[in-house]
Formats: sequence, structure tokens, C-alpha cells
Amino acid sequence: MSTEENRDIYGKCNNPHGHGHNYALEVTVSGRVDPATGMVCNLVDLDGFVEREVLSRYNLENLNTLKEFARTVPTTENLCIEIFEILHRGFDKAHLERVRLEETMMNSFEYCGS
Amino acid sequence: MVYLTRKAEFSASHYYHNPDFSPEENQRLFGKCNNPNGHGHNYTLEVTVKGEVDPRSGFVVDLKQLKEVMHREVLDAMDHRFLNKEVPDFFQKIPTTENLAIAIWQRLETKLQQARLHRVRVYETPDLFVDFYGEN
Repeated sequence: MSTEENRDIYGKCNNPHGHGHNYALEVTVSGRVDPATGMVCNLVDLDGFVEREVLSRYNLENLNTLKEFARTVPTTENLCIEIFEILHRGFDKAHLERVRLEETMMNSFEYCGS
Repeated sequence: MVYLTRKAEFSASHYYHNPDFSPEENQRLFGKCNNPNGHGHNYTLEVTVKGEVDPRSGFVVDLKQLKEVMHREVLDAMDHRFLNKEVPDFFQKIPTTENLAIAIWQRLETKLQQARLHRVRVYETPDLFVDFYGEN
């Protein structure tokens, strides 16, 4: 896109110095309750996976510098899809239902897979 | 398919009354909400749209445009209004939160560009909300 088109579509978000958000991530998994543990999955496993594979990758990073956003604009739509795919590929302790990402208190995005 | 939700807040007043019912029946059914002088709420509106992410922009919908449509179609018409007397949607209908969600859906449905309307959620109070997904 041209400089003008970028400015027109993205407005303040087109500032090349970037800007930050305090994202809030919600991961929803589903499954039968294990009669032995009373759990759908061990939250320690889910928390550990999200911490290791998602938060350590994205927290306090400039998203535009990461390889997944080298050719893709790091809108919250695309970040939401990317996080879903990371979980979908790697987390096998329960069925991934949904990833919900809050960009601000007023905006949120959900992706349930293609 | 990505779902995007945008929130907005507005304040409005209303009262519940059905002219087909007797005063006693209205009082019994609607209780304190039947007071014809009305009472107010700070409503929170959540509008969810759905669509595929545009590969060029990375957007499901232009958020600025969605905000403008929500302001023009809903907030400009309803914020700080007495719903029963000032908003035509409720001249014939009781402005319950159910009917409010439906009215907001009808106001927004045809005005959205790019993405499709998925859900309208209206919080009347923090512990009570209504969801409307359209008739189909």
C-alpha cells in the first residue's frame, strides 16, 4: 500500500515508532472431566504452555520484528490467529476451543480455528 | 472467521408499561419499573461482528468505522434519552433490555460494511445482560 493508504487505513497505528498495548489473553479448552483428578486438564500444564510458548515470545516484544509478522500486519486479529495456531499445534492436554484477545477494555477479538 | 467485539456505554431512562393491562396487572408484572416517571441505567453495549481477516489490512473490520456506526445509529439516538418517549423504536414496544438488544440489532444490521453482525449484548446492570443473535 502507498504511504497515504497506510495512513488512511491505520491512522495513529501507522506511526513507525510503534505503540504498545496491555493485551489480555483468554484461552478456552474443553474436554471430559477426568474422574480421577476432577479436572478437564491440569491448569499447571495449560499455564506452563501459555507462559513458555506465548507469553515468553510476545510479552514486551515489538511484534513487527518477529518472523510471523514479517509479512503480516500484527493486528489483533492476526495475533489472535497466531496464538490459536501455537496452541493448536502444541497443546495436546485438552481440546482447544477458542482464543480471545483483548486489545483494550473496549475491543476484543475471538478465533475458534478455520 | 474472527469475531471482533467493540464496547460502548450509554445512559438512558425508561419505564415498563403495557396499555393492554390494567394498572394492577402492570404493577404486579413490572413492579418498581412501572413508575411512569422512569428510572435510569448505565447501559453497556457490546457489538460483535464476524468475518475473514482481510489479507492486505489484517482487519476484520475498520474499527473506526464500526465505532462511528455505533455512535451514529445507537448512541446519538439513545444516550441520555427517555427511551419510551424519545426513541421511536419504543413508542409501541416496552423498552425492556430484550427489546433494546433487538432494536439495536435492527439499527446496526444493514449499516455495517465489510463484516457481518454476529451478536448484540446489552448490559442493563453489571449482573444482567441480554444477547441477541438475530432471528436466523
